[in-house]
Amino acid sequence: MASASQLLQYVISGVTVGSTYGLTALGFTMIFNTTEIINFAQGEFVMLGGMLAVFAIRWGGVPLPAAVALSVLLATAIGVVIDRLTIRPVRGRSVIALIIITIGVSILLRGGAMLLFGKDTYSLQAFSGGAPILIGGAALLPQSLWVVGITLFTLLGMKFFFDRTISGKAMLACSCDRKAASLMGINVEAMVTLSFAFSALVGSLGGVILAPITLTSFDVGILLGLKGFAACILGGMGNPFGAVAGGVLIGVLESLGAGLLSSGYKDAVAFVILLALLFVRPTGLFGKRMTERV
Amino acid sequence: MSFLQKNAHLGGLLALAVSVLLAPRFLPNEYYLTILIVGGFHVLLTVGLNLLMGFTGQISLGHAAFYGLSAYTTGILTATFHWPVPAGFAAAVGLVVVVAWLIGIPTLKLKGHYLAMGTLGFGVIVFIVFNEATDLTGGPSGFTGIPKLSAAGLVVSSDRQFYYVVWGVVLLLFALAQNLVRSRVGRALRGIHTSEAAAAVLGVDVAKYKVFVFVLSAFYAAIAGALYAHYVTFISPGTFSFHTSVQLVTMVVLGGMASLWGAVAGALFLTVLPEALRAIESYDILMYGGILVLCMIFLPGGLAEGFRKSAEAVRGLFVPKSPSEGGKARSPR
Repeated sequence: MASASQLLQYVISGVTVGSTYGLTALGFTMIFNTTEIINFAQGEFVMLGGMLAVFAIRWGGVPLPAAVALSVLLATAIGVVIDRLTIRPVRGRSVIALIIITIGVSILLRGGAMLLFGKDTYSLQAFSGGAPILIGGAALLPQSLWVVGITLFTLLGMKFFFDRTISGKAMLACSCDRKAASLMGINVEAMVTLSFAFSALVGSLGGVILAPITLTSFDVGILLGLKGFAACILGGMGNPFGAVAGGVLIGVLESLGAGLLSSGYKDAVAFVILLALLFVRPTGLFGKRMTERV
Repeated sequence: MSFLQKNAHLGGLLALAVSVLLAPRFLPNEYYLTILIVGGFHVLLTVGLNLLMGFTGQISLGHAAFYGLSAYTTGILTATFHWPVPAGFAAAVGLVVVVAWLIGIPTLKLKGHYLAMGTLGFGVIVFIVFNEATDLTGGPSGFTGIPKLSAAGLVVSSDRQFYYVVWGVVLLLFALAQNLVRSRVGRALRGIHTSEAAAAVLGVDVAKYKVFVFVLSAFYAAIAGALYAHYVTFISPGTFSFHTSVQLVTMVVLGGMASLWGAVAGALFLTVLPEALRAIESYDILMYGGILVLCMIFLPGGLAEGFRKSAEAVRGLFVPKSPSEGGKARSPR
């Protein structure tokens, strides 16, 4: 049986990793709320966040804070380009077409990263010191504090954005009824582009703060994206707080599963939860039961 | 004439059968035969997936899992437990059908994105099991010693024999699919694609048909998987990853949704192309992504539509454009 300190350790690492799942889930939520598209390339933004920062340091020799800012900015720009080049031309087409396109985009991003950066795994230096803080026999990495802090900050920022700013309200209006929003003078196209930009920003931020803890490589995006989606479903699709809570919960369950059961099946935990939820309660733990929008 | 027209699909089938018979004569060496055999597996998988995606409008991003589940089942039963090949084969296909049915019932209640993610999640779980259940599957290093395909004392030992077996199965299952889409069931499936509500109002049991076509497409994948296992005799998880599921979707999309001939064209094209592009191997991942995006934006009907459009364009060159003539040329009575 695992000791209390071991359990605490699992929970700490679960919350840390889970926070970044939560950020990925936030990215899904932003795009879904404005367009009802699930962006299958969401995980690639997370990958880009980590990889771009690593290579800004390796190739550009820039200091860490600048590298972080640069990678998030670049990823955001990529998000905007994706919307303009691939999503806008097919707006209004069937769900299956949009799914296929975002899958295609995710493959292009992953393949591009592989060709540009190679197939190796890289690590990013921690934001502040590497010495762990000991709490009740469990080690807490300073980076974990960064991760949790930035996640909470982002979440509050999003809440502020949607509640208090005109753009945020305009984005919410687009998700309620696109046509009505456009009749009220909201530039729907611009709002969609904005949602892609935000979603890339949030995703890459998650990637860059996670990179010092877990290593990063060109292909981490698939699993991270899927887990982010599982977090969305767990928290109820479209609900930002649910998304982050779902991410943290999946992170903790995964970490406990790896520690107590078997580390090989660690990655399966999120998907078993995902499938079980989809089958039993597709609206998520915190979601309201919705009738289908026609 | 009317008989010929009514049975135009039989003509196509006959042409396919003849090309299958003749193809080996024109191949420079055995290596090309291997490519055609692999192409046959892909055609089976793509035709099955197209029934689900193209005709019914449901997506599966976990089809490689059915393919792999069947390959591993027959592999393990015949190599580890020394079952005769036909028994292993049948058990594998049976298992996949049952699994697809169990997965299908809850999953197909889901729509669009949820279905995509549900099937994807299933695919990832199965892939992880292939890698982690090392005692049974050999783990990441693969599973060896699967016997060659055999039945009633006859062993399919050479590539040439195997080629005829695979393509015989392809012809059979292709004809089955062709019949299905032309039948009442096919119309029901297309109805579901267009509008589930409208189909339901017209008396189509939407849930039943969705599960049926999901299981059927898994059945096609299972046949391909079991054949594959007894052909290569060595299987490893990599063959059945998410990447394969995406490749299969790409084949369907490239060939053209809701076109069985498109499925054949897409599968063969994407089997041959990577072979032809061996020199730039590491770029092939970009190729799949590019095809998916470009096809969806510029050619949503895939090769099938492209072919039809160019045929019409060519016809337009020769037939003078007067409304009556044009109508005549398109549908001669």
